[in-house]
Amino acid sequence: MILSDAEWEVVRLSLLVGGTACMAALPVAFGLAWLLARARFPGRLVLDALVHLPLVVPPVVTGWLLLLAFAPGGPIGRWLLDWFGVTVLFRWTGAAIAAAVMALPLMVRAMRLSIEAVDRRLESAARTLGADPWRVFRTVTLPLSLPGIMAGLVLGFARSIGEFGATITFVSSVPGETETLPLAIYAALQTPGGENSVWRLAAVSVSLSLVALIASEWLGRRWGRRLHVL
Amino acid sequence: MSFDVDVRCQVGEAAIALRFATGAGVTVLVGPSGVGKSSVLNMVAGLLTPDDGHVRVGERTLFHAATGVNLPPQRRHVGYVFQEPRLFPHKRVRANLLYGAPDAAPLTATAAMLDIGHLLERWPASLSGGEARRVAIGRALLSDPAFLLLDEPMSSLDPTRREEVLRDIERIRDESRLPILMVTHDAQEAERLATSIVRM
Repeated sequence: MILSDAEWEVVRLSLLVGGTACMAALPVAFGLAWLLARARFPGRLVLDALVHLPLVVPPVVTGWLLLLAFAPGGPIGRWLLDWFGVTVLFRWTGAAIAAAVMALPLMVRAMRLSIEAVDRRLESAARTLGADPWRVFRTVTLPLSLPGIMAGLVLGFARSIGEFGATITFVSSVPGETETLPLAIYAALQTPGGENSVWRLAAVSVSLSLVALIASEWLGRRWGRRLHVL
Repeated sequence: MSFDVDVRCQVGEAAIALRFATGAGVTVLVGPSGVGKSSVLNMVAGLLTPDDGHVRVGERTLFHAATGVNLPPQRRHVGYVFQEPRLFPHKRVRANLLYGAPDAAPLTATAAMLDIGHLLERWPASLSGGEARRVAIGRALLSDPAFLLLDEPMSSLDPTRREEVLRDIERIRDESRLPILMVTHDAQEAERLATSIVRM
């Protein structure tokens, strides 16, 4: 299957946006997952609801809220402009932000489940063996929750490269800058004679998602084989 | 004085209160299940904080409610063998044994004593119950503890393995001279190993 230069650009941009979104969201997602799994504090339910909001709110609304926040007059947009002289509107960085926000709930969910599944008794065993809480985290909790972190990353990546509604509302569809796979497919559908392009881009979309899902399944199994806690 | 324990603690519905002071050797805690024997071990290890009282082992005060002393588990120098082995499933036997070890040198001798030298490269999931138990004992010993806590170390072992682990504990008692606090519900075991018996 031969892609045109413009289509390759779309694929490259999608990978860049998806990869950046996932990597940027990873520490945030893990921190939130940790808080929700382990910490007991007032407002935990509210935080839980806020994190999951992008999952249930129409993506167009999420995109519009991002636009309000990141526009030059918005609270975050003004700060970015004043301090760094940058804007994310109509830029690939904005597309990555939209993708990250939309992927966050899925990532938090997967990671939270795997943190909750870590046997706390192993952590207390590590404590009695002289490990301080940080070492317990690094050597026991983190490696044991790794399958969930990987699953969260893959899910988040797949969600990111498929993001449409929030992206097009927030940063519009600018070829070479914010036009990722779903946006390009939509544009091609609107263009007379664009069917061939739609086929090719859709095939790339399906393949990428498939590879991601198979990779996560494979990683999970490879890891899971050893994890029969005695 | 090896163990000088006076603790009171509310755990869920159960109120646990126990006081004992014993000399060197093996102190065995006996009592019906559910009376809170494991909770007492957890309080000595620092995994459970008593509401009141004190815990002293040897010359060291590990917990003293009145003066606010409460050492975290990692600073109590405890060798704790739990009721279930609690081996780290993502680490091979060797890495499990060395997890708390300040020094890898005694590994060979300890592994030989417990007859687990041939298991070092195995994953915990592939061990039998008896093997896992011995690895857990080895891991606790190698952390260079100041005292040992053993929670039903012979439970769920077949008679042959049980005899082996009993002998291991006798050897540790006689050779290492570590103070040992052990929980069991088996009167015979208690009789055979105990220097002092505390009934709950």
